[in-house]
Amino acid sequence: MDMNSFSPMMPTSPLSMINQIKFEDEPDLKDLFITVDEPESHVTTIETFITYRIITKTSRGEFDSSEFEVRRRYQDFLWLKGKLEEAHPTLIIPPLPEKFMVKGMVERFNDDFIETRRKALHKFLNRIADHPTLTFNEDFKIFLTAQAWELSSHKKQGPGLLSRMGQTVRAVASSMRGVKNRPEEFMEMNNFIELFSQKINLIDKISQRIYKEEREYFDEMKEYGPIHILWSASEEDLVDILKDVASCIDRCCKATEKRMSGLAEALLPVVHEYVLYSEMLMGVMRRRDQIQAELDSKVEALTYKKADADLLPEEIGKLEDKVECANNALKADWERWKQNMQNDIKLAFTDMAEENIHYYEQCLATWESFLTSQTNLHLEEASEDKP
Amino acid sequence: MEQAPTDPERQLQPAPLEPLGRSDSGLGVAVDEEAEGAREEGSGGDTMTHNNFWLKKIEISVSEAEKRTGRNAMNMQETYTAYLIETRSVEHTDGQSVLTDSLWRRYSEFELLRNYLLVYYPHIVVPPLPEKRAEFVWHKLSADNMDPDFVERRRIGLENFLLRIASHPILCRDKIFYLFLTQEGNWKETVNETGFQLKADSRLKALNATFRVKNPDKRFTDLKHYSDELQSVISHLLRVRARVADRLYGVYKVHGNYGRVFSEWSAIEKEMGDGLQSAGHHMDVYASSIDDILEDEEHYADQLKEYLFYAEALRAVCRKHELMQYDLEIAAQDLASKKQQCEELATGTVRTFSLKGMTTKLFGQETPEQREARIKVLEEQINEGEQQLKSKNLEGREFVKNAWADIERFKEQKNRDLKEALISYAVMQISMCKKGIQVWTNAKECFSKM
Repeated sequence: MDMNSFSPMMPTSPLSMINQIKFEDEPDLKDLFITVDEPESHVTTIETFITYRIITKTSRGEFDSSEFEVRRRYQDFLWLKGKLEEAHPTLIIPPLPEKFMVKGMVERFNDDFIETRRKALHKFLNRIADHPTLTFNEDFKIFLTAQAWELSSHKKQGPGLLSRMGQTVRAVASSMRGVKNRPEEFMEMNNFIELFSQKINLIDKISQRIYKEEREYFDEMKEYGPIHILWSASEEDLVDILKDVASCIDRCCKATEKRMSGLAEALLPVVHEYVLYSEMLMGVMRRRDQIQAELDSKVEALTYKKADADLLPEEIGKLEDKVECANNALKADWERWKQNMQNDIKLAFTDMAEENIHYYEQCLATWESFLTSQTNLHLEEASEDKP
Repeated sequence: MEQAPTDPERQLQPAPLEPLGRSDSGLGVAVDEEAEGAREEGSGGDTMTHNNFWLKKIEISVSEAEKRTGRNAMNMQETYTAYLIETRSVEHTDGQSVLTDSLWRRYSEFELLRNYLLVYYPHIVVPPLPEKRAEFVWHKLSADNMDPDFVERRRIGLENFLLRIASHPILCRDKIFYLFLTQEGNWKETVNETGFQLKADSRLKALNATFRVKNPDKRFTDLKHYSDELQSVISHLLRVRARVADRLYGVYKVHGNYGRVFSEWSAIEKEMGDGLQSAGHHMDVYASSIDDILEDEEHYADQLKEYLFYAEALRAVCRKHELMQYDLEIAAQDLASKKQQCEELATGTVRTFSLKGMTTKLFGQETPEQREARIKVLEEQINEGEQQLKSKNLEGREFVKNAWADIERFKEQKNRDLKEALISYAVMQISMCKKGIQVWTNAKECFSKM
């Protein structure tokens, strides 16, 4: 059965949504576990591409088995995302990592790129699994469980590419109308989205820049310690202290490397995901506006008696329902998304602060122990000098 | 104790009183042979130093720097910086200091003083001046000589220079140095009247000696190599340090951008707003803390730079030795050849080539009287030459002895100073880490309250 947010069986009231959120917070009740790993390169005559292994473990009844292993490529993820957007136009679908590296990387299959993408894809599937509505989506289930050929044949069903493209064009055109009659709360939401998008993009750039500066600092520091060793070769009386300084600098160097990788793990992917989320949100807003626009155009037609007056009231009734469902779905999901965003951002920045604290603590310990050993040495020498 | 060299007119007679205290300074310079070398920590730049000819302890400080305009030798307008030098004498009993002299000098006058000292004390490792132009600059630091930070660091460097001289057992007694601190007008003329420029060894002569000397004292050859290595390694260190400073500056400053964006973001967030705003403030604090940190590090760099420049002072002493040694070798050679000539004339055998010998062969024998005359002249020359060689030998040995004593003194000073500098570097790092921990702990608290 195709479950979507318009089905009367799905809870759409915010209250029941909140209950669903609580459900997610208790990890023992989670019943769907997904991992994405083992990227593999495949070469055919036409193209080269990467597949990722996806392992699903579940206790849900509707799944035929409790464990599944499949291989999927980026295209398949794109397909899944498209289907989800289609089925739930006003739900906030998790973002996919970008198709290409932004900075114009020639080599698509660079190791760092693949690893970053793998982590993002892992996040993508888990976010869907954690979503109270999306987790029960049929296409999602097929994506996780179907063998390659099964997926291919399933993909061929449903509206073709051309008709989907046509829909997009109409959507953009009609959504403009929807903006005019946007209810107040969605105006606020839209303002937030615009500002949030600006800020998160800036933060993304700043964070990337920090990583770059830290990397360059690390590169210079690597050279700094060894010079002291070189110097010690020509100074008999300063050999020990120079070597000690060199080793302190090297230890701080390692600490800086750790800080860098911590930043790359904890902060950069999260911030970047929310950059993509902000684009996603704008799309959701557009789709909501478009649904509203459909209603508005029919209402307009009724007012000006443009089309068949008999059929219109019934159509309008259906569309009014559709609009209400869409709005409610979005409102509830919005609250959920904001909550998640706050938690994720808070965690990411707290981690970054923690990485920095740890870095400085390590360096402090290094230099303090150097100082202590120098003081001890000095005391030793002083007591030796006494007759 | 070391011998004071040459001209007594330039030296003030040592005070009849015994030295009152240790010739210490906060920089840990010249320690008496008997002294235990207990160092006082210098506060600011003022340090107490004992000086033989002032009868009391004196304090020297370069306390101010001032921009001035004037006319230079070519009557063109120029801007320069003048430095105020204050000398205080300290009452032994109550430690109160009284200002005894105060005058203004510019950098070129310091240079003149140093050039003078180099000529008259060639066996001494003469303290170097701070750099004339800013080098090893990282991007934020200006390379402009008029930049206030550069001027400030130079002021400290010049004070350091004077203190080094004042605490040197020999240099401190120099009259010209005394006048530098006490006689503002006419000092330049007084220095030039010593005629030291004429007495200076020509660069060409020195270079020649370096290449041709056959038996320099091995210790000086080793010292030359050491000073080359010292210069090379410190230069390298300073270059990399400057690059590291540049990068560190970048890391800190970029975090400042968070401050601005967090603040703007907080405007649209209800729950996260406060946390974001205050975290942003801490990011600003973090970003601005790097300025002081790097300014402190610049002082560390200056300490290393002093020893970079000391390398050249070491080489100057080596060059003087090579020159004297070469002189000696030439004189010995000359004497040997004259002796041989004399012998040949006396015995009639010709083993060495001489123009006179050749011409007599070509144009006829010389008379016995002529030969006698020539032998007599040669014998006189040989006598003179032997006296000269003897005194040159003595001079050379004296020089080596005195120079080596000062070099030993220098080595101890260098070891102490560099150890201290490295330790102060560690102290700076510790302070930087503590600041970092504090600001990130504050930031973390703000983040966790979001």
